[in-house]
Amino acid sequence: MGLPLGADAVVEVRDVCYAIGGRSIFDGLNLTARRGQITAVMGPSGTGKTTLLRLLMGAIRPDAGQISVFGEEVAQLRRPALYSLRRRIGMLFQNGALMSDLSVFENVAFPLRAHMRLPEPLLRRLVLMKLQAVGLRGAAQMSTAALSGGMARRVALARAIAMDPELLIYDEPFVGLDPISLGVILRLIETLNSTLGITSIVVTHDVEEISRIAHHSYLLAGGRAAAAGTPAELRATTAPAVNQFLKGLPDGPVPFHVPAPDYRVQLLEPGQ
Amino acid sequence: MNTTSRSLEIGTGLFVLLGFAALGFLTTQLPASGMRLNRAADSYQVMARFDNVGDLKVGAPVTMAGVRIGRVTAVAFDPGDFKAVVTLAIERRYNQIPDDSDAAIQTSGLLGAKYVGLGAGGSSAYLANGTEIQVTQSALVLENLVNKMFAGFAGKKDGDAKQ
Amino acid sequence: MNTALGRAMLRMGRVALFLVRVLAQCLPSLRQPRLLVLQIYNAGARSLIIVMLCGLFVGMVLGLQGYDLLQRFGSESALGVAAALGLVRELGPVITALLFAGRAGTSLTSEIGLMRATDQLTAMEMMAVDPVRRVVAPRFLGGIIAMPLLVAIFNVIGIFGAQLIGVGLIGVESGSFWSQMQSNVELGDINEGLIKSMCFGVACSLMAVYEGYHAEPTAEGVGLATTRTVVSSAVLTLLLDYMLTAAFLHS
Repeated sequence: MGLPLGADAVVEVRDVCYAIGGRSIFDGLNLTARRGQITAVMGPSGTGKTTLLRLLMGAIRPDAGQISVFGEEVAQLRRPALYSLRRRIGMLFQNGALMSDLSVFENVAFPLRAHMRLPEPLLRRLVLMKLQAVGLRGAAQMSTAALSGGMARRVALARAIAMDPELLIYDEPFVGLDPISLGVILRLIETLNSTLGITSIVVTHDVEEISRIAHHSYLLAGGRAAAAGTPAELRATTAPAVNQFLKGLPDGPVPFHVPAPDYRVQLLEPGQ
Repeated sequence: MNTTSRSLEIGTGLFVLLGFAALGFLTTQLPASGMRLNRAADSYQVMARFDNVGDLKVGAPVTMAGVRIGRVTAVAFDPGDFKAVVTLAIERRYNQIPDDSDAAIQTSGLLGAKYVGLGAGGSSAYLANGTEIQVTQSALVLENLVNKMFAGFAGKKDGDAKQ
Repeated sequence: MNTALGRAMLRMGRVALFLVRVLAQCLPSLRQPRLLVLQIYNAGARSLIIVMLCGLFVGMVLGLQGYDLLQRFGSESALGVAAALGLVRELGPVITALLFAGRAGTSLTSEIGLMRATDQLTAMEMMAVDPVRRVVAPRFLGGIIAMPLLVAIFNVIGIFGAQLIGVGLIGVESGSFWSQMQSNVELGDINEGLIKSMCFGVACSLMAVYEGYHAEPTAEGVGLATTRTVVSSAVLTLLLDYMLTAAFLHS
């Protein structure tokens, strides 16, 4: 399934194996994200989607295989090099992960203050521009505690693009959002990708939504990419695991029942 | 936001100031080696010479008939006559103390602190600033007393043995 | 026994390594002095009321107990010395450290633990900001700076508390109360208290930030970490107190 390493590959994952406490999460995972594209990584809960992101960011190291981001081997970077790599990547966390002791404005200004010495007027203009992009310029002075879930995620998105990253990683951007907020986030991901040309990786299990905007999709199952292709190609696949996930069937290769002893035997045995 | 950051700065400043003030109080007002604010009320100074002041400390009370009338402001050694010169500050309102009064170094309790007790004389002239008390009685040093007592016992025993 | 000992060694090693990591970031963190000011406010100014109140009561108790003990030997004039030495050398640093662990330490732990639980620390790391420099080091330094100041305030209030009871209520002679104190307390005693309070400040702040930083990212985990902060701060404070007292008595 390994894709040829193209010059336009921003993220390249090759034969990665990773296990936590003896439980294998990835077993020969291959994945590529191309420049300027939206790559969707889908999969049922517990298939290690968040683990994949942590591997990409160099927070954890794979047991085997290579992960290269912008052509650099992430697992081999020391802290300073890793940090300078991370400055080129924006990340949107599942629940936003905004700093609870800072205002909306200061949250967006946070990476700018941390990495650049900008004069205050320029910084202010930059932050307002980023907030304008997510439609929250009017909320600049609000405290993060007063934000709704959808707004918090938009602020987090403004913060993620504050440093003008070349790669944006979204971790479950649609979880827990009402349809309107969901539509807003979806449109933002697409706009950021098409207007700024930011390469995007979206990790999600919301098949419908992401299929509308993704250029390329991967479906994780059993520690590897079980299927890959455009959303249309994926839908045409007949592999049972892909089918089950895309159509939301309760039983299939991912069984409905957790493995257990025989039903009748367990009910009739004289328990304690 | 501006007002909260201001109140934060004021609060922090107040705390740090208070902390250093307390630290200053501890290091300067408490220890023996520290400088001290002059807390002497309106008073006049009288000297007294003692053969031995024991462990009389600066600041110890000066009493008359058991009532506090002043305090010790200085304890010095006079190399001329090998005596201790004690300066007493006596409150101005007690300005009719006879100049032939005597001063004794006394102990509060068995092991307590030393203080200076004045006993009234009969003269019609009064102590004034800079005058000296002539009649003094030194501190009872417990160790000396005990030594004397044992020496006395030992002497008696020797005498008994000779007889 | 073996595993318990092993776990204790492991924990001590981790705390020590974390201390090295925090110390390395202390100087760089000073580039943002506002963060430090905020933490001095949180650890110090916010603990002020409780420290003053407790100092007053401890001083008053010392006044009563000290008088009751000393008058049996007829030395109630030594009440000032007894109270001042007891406060400056022992009770001030220890009780303030215990109060600090309960008031400031727990809030440090739960704050950092909550930042861990809501991915704020991970987010910083992903934004190439070291959370140890941005979050942990200012809180650690703030605690270290606040502690000796809190102890000094506790001591002064305590001495006046003892004076309030001893001189004001019982009627010990005010002059001998102060003069005895001033002639018998030495600068070395005050230094001993100061050094103790600095050591306790390091210990309590370190335990608070360590537990917060390593809290399980759940509500239950943060609660457990907060409890551990109080327990280990208290034990560490009393242990250090014994060792420091012994060291000072020998020197």
